[in-house]
Amino acid sequence: MPARRARLNLVNIFLWVFGGAILALSAWGAFLTLSEGRISPSAWQTLIVAGVALGSVYALIALGYTLVYGILFMINFAHGEVFMWGAFTAFFAASALNDIGMIDASPLLAFLLVLLTAMLVSMLVAVLLERVAYRPLRGAPRLVPLITAIGASLVLQYTARGFYGSGVRGYPGFGLFGGTVELGPIRIDVVELVVIFAALALMFALYFFINRTRTGRAMRAVSEDKDVAAMMGINVDRIIVTTFAIGGLLAGAAGILYTLLFNQVHFFMGFLPGIKAFTAAVLGGIGNIIGAALGGLLLGILEQVGPNLLLTGYGIPSPNQLQDVIAFTVLVLVLIFRPSGLLGRKENV
Amino acid sequence: MQKYMRWSGLLVVLMLVLAACQADTGGSSDPSADESTPASSEGAGGTADCDADEFGCVEIAEGDPIIIGTELVITGANESLGLDSQYGAEVARGLRPDIAGHEVEFNHQDDGCSAEGGTAAARALVSEENIAGVIGTSCSSAGIPSAEILSAEGVMLVSPSNTAPSLTAPETHEPFYARTAHNDSIQGAAMATFVCEVLSLTTAATIDDGSPYADQLANVFAREFESQCGGTITNEEAITVGDTDFSGVLENIAADSPEFLYFPIFVAEGALITQQAKETSGLDDTVLGGADGYFTPDWLSAAGEATEGHVLSGPDLAFAGDFYEADFLPAYLEVSGTDTTISVFHAHAFDAYNMLADAIEEVAFTEGGTTYIPRTALKDAFFAIEGYEGITGTLTCDENGDCADAKISVSEVQDGEFVRIWPEE
Amino acid sequence: MDLPMRRALFTGLLGGLAGVHVGLVGMIDSFQGRDTIADLITLGSMLPLLILLLVGWRAASPVKSAQLIPTGARTFILGAAAGATAGLILAALAALITAVNLRWILVNATPGLAEILQFGQGLVVGSLILIVGGALLGLAGASLHVVPPAIARSLAIAFVVSLAVALLEPFLGAVLRNLGLDAVEEVFFAGGGLTLVGAIVVFGLTAAGIYAWTTRGEGARERVAAMPADRRRNAKLIWYGVLFLLLLALPQLVGQRLSEVVGTVGLYVLLGLGLNIVVGFAGLLDLGYVAFYAVGAYTTAVLTSPSSPVFAPELPFWGALPFVIIAAALIGLMVGTPVLRLRGDYLAIVTLGFGEIARTIFLSAWAQPAVGGAQGILSIPPPLPFERDPQAIYYPILLFCIIAAVAATSLASSRVGRAWNAMREDESVAEATGVNTTVYKLLAFMLGAAFGCLSGALFAAKIGVVFPQSFDILVSINALALIILGGMGNIAGVVVGAIVLVGLPELLREFAEYRLLIYGAVLVAMMLLRPEGLLPSRQRQAELHERESDEDQYAETSGEETGRPVVTI
Repeated sequence: MPARRARLNLVNIFLWVFGGAILALSAWGAFLTLSEGRISPSAWQTLIVAGVALGSVYALIALGYTLVYGILFMINFAHGEVFMWGAFTAFFAASALNDIGMIDASPLLAFLLVLLTAMLVSMLVAVLLERVAYRPLRGAPRLVPLITAIGASLVLQYTARGFYGSGVRGYPGFGLFGGTVELGPIRIDVVELVVIFAALALMFALYFFINRTRTGRAMRAVSEDKDVAAMMGINVDRIIVTTFAIGGLLAGAAGILYTLLFNQVHFFMGFLPGIKAFTAAVLGGIGNIIGAALGGLLLGILEQVGPNLLLTGYGIPSPNQLQDVIAFTVLVLVLIFRPSGLLGRKENV
Repeated sequence: MQKYMRWSGLLVVLMLVLAACQADTGGSSDPSADESTPASSEGAGGTADCDADEFGCVEIAEGDPIIIGTELVITGANESLGLDSQYGAEVARGLRPDIAGHEVEFNHQDDGCSAEGGTAAARALVSEENIAGVIGTSCSSAGIPSAEILSAEGVMLVSPSNTAPSLTAPETHEPFYARTAHNDSIQGAAMATFVCEVLSLTTAATIDDGSPYADQLANVFAREFESQCGGTITNEEAITVGDTDFSGVLENIAADSPEFLYFPIFVAEGALITQQAKETSGLDDTVLGGADGYFTPDWLSAAGEATEGHVLSGPDLAFAGDFYEADFLPAYLEVSGTDTTISVFHAHAFDAYNMLADAIEEVAFTEGGTTYIPRTALKDAFFAIEGYEGITGTLTCDENGDCADAKISVSEVQDGEFVRIWPEE
Repeated sequence: MDLPMRRALFTGLLGGLAGVHVGLVGMIDSFQGRDTIADLITLGSMLPLLILLLVGWRAASPVKSAQLIPTGARTFILGAAAGATAGLILAALAALITAVNLRWILVNATPGLAEILQFGQGLVVGSLILIVGGALLGLAGASLHVVPPAIARSLAIAFVVSLAVALLEPFLGAVLRNLGLDAVEEVFFAGGGLTLVGAIVVFGLTAAGIYAWTTRGEGARERVAAMPADRRRNAKLIWYGVLFLLLLALPQLVGQRLSEVVGTVGLYVLLGLGLNIVVGFAGLLDLGYVAFYAVGAYTTAVLTSPSSPVFAPELPFWGALPFVIIAAALIGLMVGTPVLRLRGDYLAIVTLGFGEIARTIFLSAWAQPAVGGAQGILSIPPPLPFERDPQAIYYPILLFCIIAAVAATSLASSRVGRAWNAMREDESVAEATGVNTTVYKLLAFMLGAAFGCLSGALFAAKIGVVFPQSFDILVSINALALIILGGMGNIAGVVVGAIVLVGLPELLREFAEYRLLIYGAVLVAMMLLRPEGLLPSRQRQAELHERESDEDQYAETSGEETGRPVVTI
């Protein structure tokens, strides 16, 4: 139908112009900034390292989104709050251990204990979420589970606020993780190193799990085709619960890693990281695990480096205030130009 | 279609007419807002003053309490700011439970730290009969509409923490508004003077957090710094409340190596920036500065060792002598049930209560058992307060409502404690 | 132990946990300040009471999947068991709080809470009261299954209505006082809720009324249905006319302070009507609706305020309106175009992003020269050149709400509305049948933007100042929640939703603190139980229940046994 093709072409043209303009402006801004040479290479390096650390956290959360989407084709809007609950649990566990002096006595053991508690609680929250809010609505029209997810997100946030208060809670630091190290030419904080390593370890564990274990294979089967998998004797319900559980575990780990970096917990802390992690998942290709990891890292770096790189060249005042705008613009651009993401499979979004 | 047009036209006209009639009569078909009925016209002076007073009198029958409203942010993310002021007012009432022979009762409202919250709270208070005065608001964004609403009804509004300049600027000042908190221009200028003359630094950068308070403070500091000693502002950056990673901002600022970095924000982000700045190479020799937004013990514990050498401006509480430590603080902790003070404007709220009480006692008179407080006279008495010795300093109200003592002091963190270093005592 | 008993105990467990949640979140404590029945039951105590009643009711209801219907004595036993379990859990909580200091984790686990739960009677007696009381309340809840359905229904509705009247005390009390009916007010209301007399009267009248309507109303209903078309239309017109007069007189009836509240409700009705077009009609889940609100408010501010930073034409409000509409069209296009090819979840997230971008930009130092940044824009004149009077500003808000309602209604039944229906059902099929989805989507966004911007303009003029803090995601969530609650695609639903979700928190400070928690719970509950909303359009109801069979609402893929014979026990 020629009319429709013409229409779509008009829209396409507009979108390409819009997206192209943003990219061109960004490139030019970067050029201006770099030629200005105000910010030193070591400063850029610090930012990139910070971006990698933050990005690792985003990657862990993104994995939760991507796993669930791969199976249920829905965005678990409340995943950011699963992350937040993990962080709070870690906070209380760490405070308790701190009070009994364990953090000073055996910091590594303390850290592992806190990590485990956080991951467990997040897993429980995720599984609870699935059971109460999502399972009853599996066959429902698209809008319904999405709205439920939003509602669940609100309940989790404000329950945390009601239970724990609305203030920001400072985290007791782990002395073990102070200081910086030099890895060749790169200066990196020990904390950042720990975060990156832990995240990588977990991602490898996940990769191994998905690709080498029976449950992992079952998960892949279900994400390919739910009905066929059921016919093959796979208990789809149980696989779905497992998926949520794994997502929860990873988010819990992300929770403690994030608070290691920033030493603060707050009931609203899951909102923005949740959205950004989702952006990362989309960027990398939703449904693709390596994509989620990659997307997370990229987004983290872009966030840290972006405002200074793209905007200072234009002399925009307070460019770092617009950090979130960059993240959202990335999302829009990816969805315009390559909706399936960098590594995603080509399918209808 | 014709019918539609006709009916809609009629509708519009009807609406506008109704609204016009409504507003013309001043909108008070609400008996509770009607203040101007004289109680009794016995004797010269006395209740005749009430008739003469444009806004009438507050009437408190024998044995009834005087009602003072509070309009502070007591729920939500900023609740510690408002609750802290509320506790300050409670402490003041505890130490002075009677005004003009009547008990004092509070009517607490939530200003929501937003314009619409302030509007709703102000309306709620104004619809309360016989409200003698209001302590509030916490946030300037709530203060601006509240001042308008309360002044229209002749209710005195005294703020412990509004800092926006427009509230006391001659063109926009509402007649029944005053504040015991510092006008940002004073505090920002004080810090600029300190940095210029005492520290003798020539380059500086600022970071604010998007709140009217911080934005204004940073701005005033920057302009004063430039004009007072010809210093250079290398960067005026901003962050968003809730952000946790400030490497981008700090690297951007570090690229120009300012000698002084001023971030007059609140505890959460303030603590983080303090720590992260110490880890940013390029800011190694930079002096860090803040304002009363995080001039509290919980900032010290949140930021830990990184606070060493930090300078902060704030009201000169040394002025209060022992009273603050010995009497106010224990009472505060009793009322709040916390281990430390939870924000920074409690002392201002304390002073606000007492100033209001003084003004009330000056103009209130009793006739036939009922106490009358003429509203306009109350306002005049309040604005006439001179040299009031409160715990935030010596307060004198100017005609635009700025009552705060111009005494700002600068303290430094030495060995994990705040030590006052300027001006010399 | 058989299935129904197990389920009863499980229900009791869930109810107990719900009670624990409500207590630890701080609601029970906060709600203590207000009485539901003066000097008898506080709102705080009402919460566990309600939970226990619900637990009992649910425990004794038929087990759908197994087709088991409890009868007679069994019902009471199930209800009592469930109630006792829930009571036991609450007692355990109270005991735990008193024994161990958990306040470093759970800030509301205070001795005060324990005292409330134990009715001030200490550990042993208090716990006993809870368990026995729980059993009794569970029994009462279960008994609703035993009495004839008509009576059960009347009792339940009467209970809900009485509770609603008690909650609306600030509003109704003010109305009565303004009408000069102070005596009536004193008889019915006290302490923030109903008096005992008032409660009995309201409950009794409602119960009797509903019962009469249900049992004896048959005749009346038939007569209504049998009315000839033009008589019915006349009746409808009279009904609308009365409603209209009531609306016109509302500010007079409720006084200054409540006019302010009603005005705010009106703003959200307008927002809801706009969002209704985007989400309800066109099926595009827009989570960034606040962007339109902000654009409308700031456009008005810049054009009408003398203290607008860079560009201050100082137009009157009505003169600025055309520009607001133009801005709305533009931003509707801007938001709509990039999301044209997105569906469902992606659309939601991207529009959410747009909402956040809007707020960030209005707050930013970059845009400060134009829109005031953190300092906002002040001195915005009200729409009518008189004092900023809540009773006066109500009328422009009402005017726009009516215009929006009329526009929405006529759109719904027009060609555009039908196209939106088709798009909502299945986009690909709609495209295939020749519906130009691009145009209709953009139209939906632009119209939604128009209403949103108008609401924003009124907001700016009403409050007189705009600050970026007023435009965060909570506005979008508010608007979404109220159309979900009220029923998408339905004007009356939007109004009801706004009254409940916006009006109530404004009236009752206690609710304001837990507002969003309640929103979240409402959203989840509505989606699970009644996704079409409280007052749905019939079409909606059909759409959302089309998969419903005799059993559960949404069939699961993995085996649920069906078709067992009915067994009574």
